[in-house]
Amino acid sequence: MSTTSTKESKSVAPTTRQRRRANLSDRAKSERRLGWYLAGPAFIVMLAVTLYPILQAFWDSLFSLRLTAPDDTTFIWFANYITVLSDPIWWRDLGVTLIITVVTVIIELILGFALALVMDKAIKSLRGLLRTAILVPYGIITVVSAYAWFYAFDINSGYINHWFDWIPGISPDLNWFAEFWPSLSVIMASEIWKTTPFISLLLLAGLAQVPSELTEAAQVDGATWWERMRKVIVPNMKAAIMVAVLFRTLDAFRIFDNVFIMTNGAHGTEVLSLLAYRTSISRLEIGLGSAISVLLFVCVLIICFVAIKLFKVDLAGTQGDK
Amino acid sequence: MPKTSAATNRAGGKRRRLRSLAWIAALAVGTMLLPGCAPSDGVPTLTWYINPDDGGQADLAAVCTTDAKGAYKIETSLLPKDAAAQREQLARRLAAGDSSLDIMSIDPPFIPELAEPGFLAPVPADVAKRASKNVLDGAKAGATWNEKLVTVPFWANTQILWYRKSVAKAAGLDMTKPVTWDQLMKAAGDEKKFLGVQGAQAESMTVWINALIESAGGHILLNSGAKADEIKLGLTSPAGKEAATIIGNIGKENLGGPGLPTSTENDSMTLFQGDKGSFMVNYPFVWPATNAAVKAGSVKQDVLDDIGWTLYPRVDADKDTAPPLGGINLGVGSHSQNKELAYKAIECITTPKNQATYFVTNGNPPSNSTAYDDPRVGKQFPMAKTIRESLKLAAPRPQTPFYNEISTGLQQRWTPPASVDPTTTPQESQDFILAVLRGDRLL
Repeated sequence: MSTTSTKESKSVAPTTRQRRRANLSDRAKSERRLGWYLAGPAFIVMLAVTLYPILQAFWDSLFSLRLTAPDDTTFIWFANYITVLSDPIWWRDLGVTLIITVVTVIIELILGFALALVMDKAIKSLRGLLRTAILVPYGIITVVSAYAWFYAFDINSGYINHWFDWIPGISPDLNWFAEFWPSLSVIMASEIWKTTPFISLLLLAGLAQVPSELTEAAQVDGATWWERMRKVIVPNMKAAIMVAVLFRTLDAFRIFDNVFIMTNGAHGTEVLSLLAYRTSISRLEIGLGSAISVLLFVCVLIICFVAIKLFKVDLAGTQGDK
Repeated sequence: MPKTSAATNRAGGKRRRLRSLAWIAALAVGTMLLPGCAPSDGVPTLTWYINPDDGGQADLAAVCTTDAKGAYKIETSLLPKDAAAQREQLARRLAAGDSSLDIMSIDPPFIPELAEPGFLAPVPADVAKRASKNVLDGAKAGATWNEKLVTVPFWANTQILWYRKSVAKAAGLDMTKPVTWDQLMKAAGDEKKFLGVQGAQAESMTVWINALIESAGGHILLNSGAKADEIKLGLTSPAGKEAATIIGNIGKENLGGPGLPTSTENDSMTLFQGDKGSFMVNYPFVWPATNAAVKAGSVKQDVLDDIGWTLYPRVDADKDTAPPLGGINLGVGSHSQNKELAYKAIECITTPKNQATYFVTNGNPPSNSTAYDDPRVGKQFPMAKTIRESLKLAAPRPQTPFYNEISTGLQQRWTPPASVDPTTTPQESQDFILAVLRGDRLL
C-alpha cells in the first residue's frame, strides 16, 4: 500500500512541478531568475562560511588532534564522541545550559510581553522615546554588559551589596561569584536585562498584527481586559510568540560571553559553549573540541526540530506569506 | 534623433560614474594595502609580541632600535592581558607558521609546550652562553627545556611575604626570622584580620599550590619529560597533603575573608591595603602600586609606612621556603624570517642595564643578578635584596608540554579553598588530572 502511494506521489510530483513551471509567465520566470541572481552569491557565501566549517569540524572530530603535537595526529573514529558523552562534565554543562535557557526565556517572554504592551499602548508623543529607552540594553555589546554586571556585583568594587544590604541574605560580605546559585543568578539576570528588548520587539511586531476589529468586537461583546488578552490577542499573535521563543532559545543555548567574563566556568557554572572553547582554544585539543562543537550543533538542531515540527513554529507566517 | 542622443548621453554618464567608482574603490584598496608593504627605508622590522605592562617593553624596543643604528627596528604588538590567553594566541600563531613572531614575551610554564614541537627557533650557542651569564638559577631553569636554553631570561618574578608591621607586632611575631604558614594563620586569626592569598580559580591558584608543595619538599610533577599517559604526579605525597591542609584551613576558618574564592593578586593587594590587612603573599608590583595609590590619595601614607617584607613563608619551620617563580622569557618563532637579528635584539633588550631600567620603571625584577647592583634599583625598591634572595630559592612550576592540563585540573579541584580537604582533594585531583592526560576525561 505504502509502496503504491510512494510510487504515485513520485509519478505525480514531477508532472505537477513541470506543469507549474510551464504555467509560469515570462515575467514570473524572469523574476525567479533575478531572485537567484540576487540571492545566489549570498547563498554560496553562506555555504562557504557555515557548511564548510561544520564539515571540517566533523572531520576533525574523528581525530586525536592536538595543535601543539601535530605529528601525533591519529584517526580514532568516534572515540572523541564516546569520551564526551560518557563524561559527567558534559552532562553537568548541558544541565547548566538548559537551566539558563529555560529560566531566561520564560522570564524574558513575560517581561518582553509586558514591555511590548507598554510600547504598543504608550501615547504617540512618548512612543519613540520609550522604544529607544527599552532597546538601549540590546544595543550594548554583550561583553561590555557582562563586565558592567560583574563589577556591579563584585565583592570588592560592586555597589549592589551596599545598596541592597537591607534585603535579607544580602550583606557587604556576600561574594556573588563564590558559589553556584548566586553566580548563576547574576549571569541569568544580566542575560535577561540584555535580551528582553529583543523579545519585546518581536512581540510588538506580533501585537501590531492583531486586527483592532477583533479586540473592539470583543470589547463591545463585554469581554474583560484579561479575556481579550487570553482569547483574542494571544491566540492571534501565536506565530510571533513562537518565533520569539525559538530565536531566544537558540540564542540562550549558545550563551558564552556572560559566563566567560563573570566566572569563567568556576564553581560549576560552565556552559557547553565555554566547554567547547576551553577544549579547542585553551587546551588546543582540536579533535575533542570539534566533537563537543558538533554535539552542540546537534543540540541546536534538536531544538529547531522540536520547535518547528512539534510546536509548529511558522517562520514564514510572520512575513505575511500565509 | 534627440532620443538617441539622450540615450547615448545617459549611457556615457553611467560609464563615467562607473569609472569614477572603480577609481575610488581602487584608491581605497590601495590605501588599505599600503601599510602592509615592505618598509621604504629597507630596515628590517622585527615584531615583538609583548605582554601588557606599563610601557616598559615599548620603551626598550625604542632604545634597542636606536642602538641598532639601522640594522633593524623593533615594533611591539600587544598580547592579551591574561597569561593563559597569551599562551593561546602564541600557540595558535606558531602552529599556523606565522612568520611575524620574531620576538615573543613568554611566561615560563608554557615554554616546554612551545619548545617540544619545535615552534621556537634554537638559541645560538654563543647567545646562550652570554645570556646565561649571571642569570639567577630559578630564571635559568624556567628558560630551559630538555637541558637546553630554548629562550632568553628577561625578567623574573617571585612572590614575597608582605606584612603590616603593626599586626605582626601585636601578634608577637619576629619578622626578622623565617615565619611559617601556621604562624601567619594563627596571627591573623588572633588579630581578627585577613590573609592576602589568591584563592580564585585561576593560574594564581596553581602558583600557590606549587609553592606550598615545593616548600614542603615535594613536587607536583615527578617525571618532567614524560609523555601524557606516562606522567606521574606527587599530589598525594605528604607535601601535597600539607599544602591541602593549609589551603583548606585558610578557606574553612575564613582567614582569607569573604572575597577569597574569587581573590586574585590585585584583590589581595586591595584587601592588604585596607583595615583588615595583615599578611600577604604577592609579587613586587605591590610596592609601586601602593606608592602610586598613596600619591593618588586612595591609600594613606600610614599604610605605606606600616608595610614590611620578608621571604615567602615556610611550610615546615626547619625547611627552606620555595617561593613562586614567574616572569617573562624571550623566544624567537621558528618561522621568523629574521632569527639572527631577533637574537641580536634580544641580547640588547636583556642587558643588565635595560633589565634594571625595566625594574625601576615597571616594577618587574631582573633575571640577571648583576642588575640588582644598579643604584637606581636599591633606591626605588628597598626590598630588592629580599627579591634577589627569593629568586635564588624560587621553584618553577611543573615543566611539561602538558602544563595547561595539570594547572587547569588543579584550579578546578582545589577551589574554592574551603572545599579543599587533605584526605580527599589530593587523591581526587591526581586521579582526575591523570585521567585527563590519558584522554579519558574532559577538563
